[in-house]
Amino acid sequence: MLEKILYGIGVSSGISIGKVFVVDKNEEYYEYKNISSDKVSNELKRLNKAREKCAADLDKLIEKVKVEFGDEKAFIIEGQKSFLTDPSFYPEIEGYIKKDFFSAEKALKKVVEKFVDIFEKMNSDYMKERASDIKDIGNRFSNYLNPDNKIFDLKSIKEKVILVADDLLPSDTVQLERKYILGLVIAKGGKTSHTSIFASSMGIPAVISINNLCNLIKNNDNVIVDGDKGICIINPEKTTLEKYKQRLENKKTEVDLYNKYKKEKAITKDGLYIKIAANIGSLDEAIQANENGAEGIGLLRTEQVYMSSKKLPDEEIQLHTYKGIVDKMSSQSVIIRTLDIGGDKELPYLENEKELNPFLGYRAIRLCLGHEEIFITQLRAILRASAFGKIKLLIPMISCFDELKKTKDLIEKVKKQLSEEKIAFDKEIKLGMMIEIPSTAIMIENYVKEVDFFSIGTNDLVQYTMAVDRINDKVSYLYDNFHPAIINLIKKVTEVAHSHGKFVGICGSMAGEYLAIPIFIALGIDELSMTANSIPKIKYTINQLSRKDCILLLNKILKCQMGLDIKSNLQNFLLERKLY
Amino acid sequence: MIKKETTIKNKEGFHIRPAQIFSNAASKFESDVVVLNKDGNSTNGKSTLGLMALGFETGSKIILEISGKDEIEAGNELINIIDNKFGED
Repeated sequence: MLEKILYGIGVSSGISIGKVFVVDKNEEYYEYKNISSDKVSNELKRLNKAREKCAADLDKLIEKVKVEFGDEKAFIIEGQKSFLTDPSFYPEIEGYIKKDFFSAEKALKKVVEKFVDIFEKMNSDYMKERASDIKDIGNRFSNYLNPDNKIFDLKSIKEKVILVADDLLPSDTVQLERKYILGLVIAKGGKTSHTSIFASSMGIPAVISINNLCNLIKNNDNVIVDGDKGICIINPEKTTLEKYKQRLENKKTEVDLYNKYKKEKAITKDGLYIKIAANIGSLDEAIQANENGAEGIGLLRTEQVYMSSKKLPDEEIQLHTYKGIVDKMSSQSVIIRTLDIGGDKELPYLENEKELNPFLGYRAIRLCLGHEEIFITQLRAILRASAFGKIKLLIPMISCFDELKKTKDLIEKVKKQLSEEKIAFDKEIKLGMMIEIPSTAIMIENYVKEVDFFSIGTNDLVQYTMAVDRINDKVSYLYDNFHPAIINLIKKVTEVAHSHGKFVGICGSMAGEYLAIPIFIALGIDELSMTANSIPKIKYTINQLSRKDCILLLNKILKCQMGLDIKSNLQNFLLERKLY
Repeated sequence: MIKKETTIKNKEGFHIRPAQIFSNAASKFESDVVVLNKDGNSTNGKSTLGLMALGFETGSKIILEISGKDEIEAGNELINIIDNKFGED
């Protein structure tokens, strides 16, 4: 048997190795034909019998699901069951049989497809998902029309398998037992599909979106599911298998090693301490940050509060959200970034015009200064939350001095309002600005006396310095965190800030990239803020290095003309120390 | 026949739970309940699926046309259910 690699999309990370179990659900409807008029009453009887049997079995399933998964999951199935008696569903199927002489299968298919089409075209993701409920009940119903075609019960899986299916529906996934499912390989689906969310929330490695999957794979094939790379390897050769087993082993020992550093501080061998914080957007992520050993929140993105609602969130809703997060972080500091909407993140209810170059357009602070009422509501909410914990205020996308000045004036105005209304807030609240537009990095001396701290957003800084569209594959080679221009800008900002005793943090994705760590150590960056699950590894890495060595390395790096050289210098440096 | 009109006020619009609450309530009455959206598309108000398929969101206008012996009571109760956000919040 030859090894075969199938390429898909990895939607839940991790690796698993095991035997394939193909779920053959017979999704096809059997008889798409028309019947003769004398068969109508027979066909209607067949339809009704199938419905009764289907409803009875669903009742049993509902009871089972209630006991094992709780009412919430059972509710999905109950909803599906109610479709069987719905006046827009069943009588319509009957109608096609009576009037158009469709077979029961053909009539069912017609009605199911009508609703699937309607729901799939809806704006809300929630309603789009309902299309799978309809498909699900359609498949079930259809299976009962052909009693010989037994439905496979996923609950009967009692050994560890890699589950392979064309598609999995909500009523399928609730039946799966986590301990028996090593991995998932699915032909259909997207990143936000039900299956993907299910897999990642259960921590099951999963690859989706593989064309013709069910014809390429069969029961009991040996496979490797690589959710990190988004591939599935069928009948791996011995060498491949060993490579993967080694990777699994290494992963486990590595993770164990890093996890020992979760609760430690990041201090180099020669005593430089760097604060390690987390980037978050919600309360759930704050909990994760705590679990991974974050010493604070270096970036709280506030866009989620705005995007999860259908109109502008008012002051109370925002206060509630910010306060909830601050409470969770107890005495640790939380840097709240004001609204950074625009670019690739839109708020439909603001009804802003479509732009040709949204990343260079009306976004973040530009939009906030153009809609003062929105900005004031947010500033009030953040300031009020500051009475309950250690909050710092961070302003995104400042590109000129005037914007910073206007922003500071507004903050003063809001503080005055609150004082007059006798509402408590932290009068000493620290103000910082994001450095993500080259104009501010170049002119950093102008800003350093105006704010308490800087936070360097490397993602946008790279995009704007290199004039490269982050999303365009054709130019992605230019998107390089390690380009000499980027290293120099970070160095300049840090040196100027430190000469004035100001604090510098990095909150772009570069902060969690361990290859960049020696540079940050050499520069003496005060805080690195990253996604929570990168924290243990970064803490570990910092503890293995000394600043003296990193400074020597930085001097070498500063002479490089290409990002590639800088990267290979960093790689060698870490390799020599067995950290790469 | 009576005709009544209101707007959807709950956050999620006619997702499955509100649609079920509404269709269950409508089914208690003898009268026929026709539900229309602002574009004039209609469905049987006793159909959960039909209500969901009309795509009502928060702020959407909703029109009820009720005809039958108990149309007055039905109208009052159904409008009440919508205005009370289907017991959400």
